[in-house]
Amino acid sequence: MNKARRNPVNMIAAHGILIAYTVIALFPVVVILINSFKSRRAIFRDPLALPDAESFSTVGYQTVFNQGDFFLYFQNSMIVTVASLFFVLLFGAMAAFALSEYRFRGNTLMGLYLALGIMIPIRIGTVAILELMVNTGLVNTLWALILVYTAQGLPLAVFILSEFMRGVSDDLKNAGRIDGLSEYTIFFRLVLPLVRPAMATVAVFNMIPIWNDLWFPLILAPAEATKTLTLGSQVFIGQFVTDWNAVLSALSMAILPVMVLYVIFSRQLIRGITSGAVK
Amino acid sequence: MGKSRIKWHIIVFLAPAVLVYTAIMIIPLFNTLRLSLFTEVDQERIYVGLQNFRTLFGDERWSASFWNALGNNFWFFIIHMLVQNPIGILLAAILSHPSLRFSAFYRTAIFIPTILSFVIVGFAWKLILSPIWGIAPGMLDAVGLGSFYQPWLGLEETSLTTLALISVWQFVGIPMMLIYAALLTIPDEILEAGECDGVTGMAAFWKIKLPLILPSIGIISILTFVGNFNAFDLIYAAQGALAGPNFSTDILGTFMYRTFFGFQLQLGDPHMGSAIASAMFAIILIGVCIYLFGIQTRMRRYQF
Repeated sequence: MNKARRNPVNMIAAHGILIAYTVIALFPVVVILINSFKSRRAIFRDPLALPDAESFSTVGYQTVFNQGDFFLYFQNSMIVTVASLFFVLLFGAMAAFALSEYRFRGNTLMGLYLALGIMIPIRIGTVAILELMVNTGLVNTLWALILVYTAQGLPLAVFILSEFMRGVSDDLKNAGRIDGLSEYTIFFRLVLPLVRPAMATVAVFNMIPIWNDLWFPLILAPAEATKTLTLGSQVFIGQFVTDWNAVLSALSMAILPVMVLYVIFSRQLIRGITSGAVK
Repeated sequence: MGKSRIKWHIIVFLAPAVLVYTAIMIIPLFNTLRLSLFTEVDQERIYVGLQNFRTLFGDERWSASFWNALGNNFWFFIIHMLVQNPIGILLAAILSHPSLRFSAFYRTAIFIPTILSFVIVGFAWKLILSPIWGIAPGMLDAVGLGSFYQPWLGLEETSLTTLALISVWQFVGIPMMLIYAALLTIPDEILEAGECDGVTGMAAFWKIKLPLILPSIGIISILTFVGNFNAFDLIYAAQGALAGPNFSTDILGTFMYRTFFGFQLQLGDPHMGSAIASAMFAIILIGVCIYLFGIQTRMRRYQF
């Protein structure tokens, strides 16, 4: 360590830049949250003040609860996200196991075929996806979204998981084979528990884009019964544009679930990104 | 091994992933490309070859919108490259300093905008920049720059740049994290060897660290490119499908949405929509190929 590396002036400058950027990153979120608890007059009189006894009001939240079906939207988002993650992980792990464990003709080709989707966004095929969903009667069902997100998540999942499965010891699997376990039992009982950390990384990577997506819910499932939270808040806010209390409350309610997920999974997410899973 | 009978378990393991991926992603992708060669006359689909593309590039009304959207999209991408990635690298360089305290806190906090949905981000900034609410003008007044304020999102000249900067604000966490990870893998011995030769501080960053993280910067650039050229959500959430004011924030994603899904008085045209999607596909493919064959293979990688 030399002097330049622990120069106190540099350290203060470093913290200064980081604090400044942290403020920039958090400021809009904080402004929305504090103003959602204020009365309409207080929102406009002093937007940066915290709500106090006089300006505190939950009128916005009351409008949101009375007018929008936010519990239903939340439930839809939850079903879509959880089901998509389940299929991405299950199908992705199975395919990754086949590609990393067995040597068969076309193995490399299959790997490349599945990896194509990492770089090509599924949105390009939207016109034909909509046509497919209309023809199969899946339009305006949550299944349409689950299928699309599963297909969207599979390429990266297969890629990450097969890298990981190559590291699982052969001795372990062969010991299982000598004990007469079937290939399926080896996969589900021996290999899957060992790659759990990689599965968690894949889950966290997929979770946020699925939860936040606006494009496919808007096109494939815009019906009232199948609106996701993202689409539901978009439509709600569009209708209540002039009701600032309601808009701010709706935004806060949309922020809340992602923040909870982030607090729970942030270590996993950051570890996943920094361990080079996306290189 | 080497037996001719079919190994059923391999098929069972591969089938679900391959079926879903092929049916929902690959076939629709090619179907979209194919649909761009058709048009609908009297509710019947007829083959017209490249006619849709001739309309898209040749017909005054279509080509003006297309080039406008493409140009805006390039500007959107350039802002990301010029603002998002340098800020991300700067933050990562500071965060990776070994004796910095609270770095986990900073990382977590700066990444928060990235997890929010475009709807939240779009509306939050719309409210903050709004002249009605007055947060932005009020804050500029406080530092004596009140006269500088303009309703940036509402002006044709500034709205696209403003939206691009909002998007930068949202996604700066991703380059920050990836560069941070790359910087952590640089072994101390190399930096110490540099110090022995008198290369420290800023010089160490420019001469030693930056060349070593170039591959990561390449990956970030291509991720940014692909992300920007199928962007849609932020523009839609903040400005609607018409990408106002006067289409000044229209990008390929919103243009394609309006065309194939229809809006207000215009009916949706899946075949023209497919033509635009095919153009987007070609652009993304060219970008990815330039990266894979032109940049990635020429980049020197160092093994430690």
